[in-house]
Amino acid sequence: MPIDLFLLATLDGISYAALLFLVALGLTLIFGVMRILNVAHGSLYACGGYMAATLGLWLTQSNSPAWLALPALFLAAIVVGALLGSILEIGLLRRILDKDPILQLLVTFAAFMILEDLQRLIWGTQPIFVSNVVDQLGTAEVLGIVYTRYQLMVLPAVAALAYFALRYFLSRTRTGRQVTAVTFNREVAITMGVNAPRVLLVTFVCGAILGALGGALASPITSLVPGVGADMIVLSFAVVATAGLGHLGGAAITALLIGLARAFAIYLYPELEVLAPYLIMVLVLLIRPQGMFADVQARRV
Amino acid sequence: MRIRLLIAMLVAAALLLPHVQPWLKTPFIMALANGLAVLGAIILIRAGQVSFGSAMFACIAGYAATFAARLWQWDALALIAVGTTAGALLGALVGLFMVRYRGIFFGMLNLAFSMVLFSIIVKFSRITNGTDGLRLPRPTIAGMQLERDVYESVLLVLAVGAAVLCGWLVQRYFRSSAGQTLAAIKTNETRLEYLGISPKRVFWVGYVIAAALCGLGGSLFALTQGLVTPEMGYWVRSAEIVFIAILGGAGHALGAFLGAFVFEFAKLYLAAYIQGAWQMALGIVLLVIIFAAPAGLFGLFARYLPGARANATSPITKGARP
Repeated sequence: MPIDLFLLATLDGISYAALLFLVALGLTLIFGVMRILNVAHGSLYACGGYMAATLGLWLTQSNSPAWLALPALFLAAIVVGALLGSILEIGLLRRILDKDPILQLLVTFAAFMILEDLQRLIWGTQPIFVSNVVDQLGTAEVLGIVYTRYQLMVLPAVAALAYFALRYFLSRTRTGRQVTAVTFNREVAITMGVNAPRVLLVTFVCGAILGALGGALASPITSLVPGVGADMIVLSFAVVATAGLGHLGGAAITALLIGLARAFAIYLYPELEVLAPYLIMVLVLLIRPQGMFADVQARRV
Repeated sequence: MRIRLLIAMLVAAALLLPHVQPWLKTPFIMALANGLAVLGAIILIRAGQVSFGSAMFACIAGYAATFAARLWQWDALALIAVGTTAGALLGALVGLFMVRYRGIFFGMLNLAFSMVLFSIIVKFSRITNGTDGLRLPRPTIAGMQLERDVYESVLLVLAVGAAVLCGWLVQRYFRSSAGQTLAAIKTNETRLEYLGISPKRVFWVGYVIAAALCGLGGSLFALTQGLVTPEMGYWVRSAEIVFIAILGGAGHALGAFLGAFVFEFAKLYLAAYIQGAWQMALGIVLLVIIFAAPAGLFGLFARYLPGARANATSPITKGARP
């Protein structure tokens, strides 16, 4: 493999891993606290992307200042995450907290089916692609390779920032400590006076915003088509499962691993593009069924 | 046993109604083919597991039957056998990996595998003709070259026969020791191990049977439609199978076919009105069933059927988490 192709694949892999990590972080955060795998997370990703594209189009048409394009992506993610996230949490998830895991999976799956069509009704089936942010930020040269600044700097920076902000939030702030307490043991946390319903809502909305942010940041570099939500939920589940469900730091490493594997597959064996992430997942899970970084749990009889 | 009488009446209706109204043939066969796949889903639900990827077995079966038909011009009966075997073989292979997982992992890993199969079929379009799919030329049945109308009648009889036979066998399986241990995977797997039984092996057998049933359904579907597309293995199809299982009620094999018929006709009539929002309607109905009628349609009917009541409740709703 020529050195410039190798470098290109690495850069592609890192920028893709950053997006994947944002989505997976939201998914694993929600799972860690609520013990529910939110299949509708894929819809949050798709809706975040579509909302960002709509906002981007509107900004270009109304001739607003160019620097607004990047903050608009974040605004779209926050609006979608906060709105859809609270509707989902209050309407569905808080009602099924103590139910069987299979039933929880079915309920979030039903929500996913509903949102998938809703998004198709609102934004149609034509591919949408708005890349004005990428054009504005221009390109940079790394070791002789011309690469967009957006993918080179913005995406990895946002992913790293999101990770460290979340770590800081969970370990240093009052609400974050309460989230950690609820994660360990909800009942004990409630008896200690933690307002668990509020904590769960905050967590879910945070996770939802992360998912929507992944979509919003992906919208300038990939075109949005129906079905992206389904692809993303499965891929981010692969990341989260490989790392171990509920493990934040592990998700970063596996996202990088899977992102790089996918990028190299595209350059070397394009047919393997879709397979590569799952091959890694299957290999890891065969050796460590609970995921790469999760602790081995004692079985309850 | 009034449930036997009900089944006999339903079978008679399934065979006779299409002679009065010939257009009913295709939806009836499709419903029965779907019902067979749902029967597989019900086996997994017995073990407390839901798979979001069972359509992959129907899809591989459809493609296997089509390739056999195109390459060797085999008879329809042989094609059904080939499809079912292909489903069972893939199930046996994937099952080796799947039986290690439960709950969320089981459901999502099945989804991941089915999406991999889907994208492989789409990507290798030189062999599979991509999203356009492959035509399945109408084969002979038991050596006879038949006109479309008679061909469909024969397929309908085959489908009804397969449904009754498989439904009966699955009910027998549930009552057998293998089926009882399968149900114990849901209630308490560790105790099974203490008894010296391997839950993985028991679950593997259930998984392979479920895959074979999906394969049988998929072969019938492909033979009726005369066309296979990757769409057969798309996650939406798997979701529909789970949906029908919950709609019909997972307590009895009859629930699978009740659900499949209601689903097929709802799709036929309603899909035209709510075009583009079909999945949304499915999602809403799924939520309503889960919260309001967790035992499904069969559970609603079972109240009036003595002898069916004992197993009418859906295994999905029994018991909260420990």
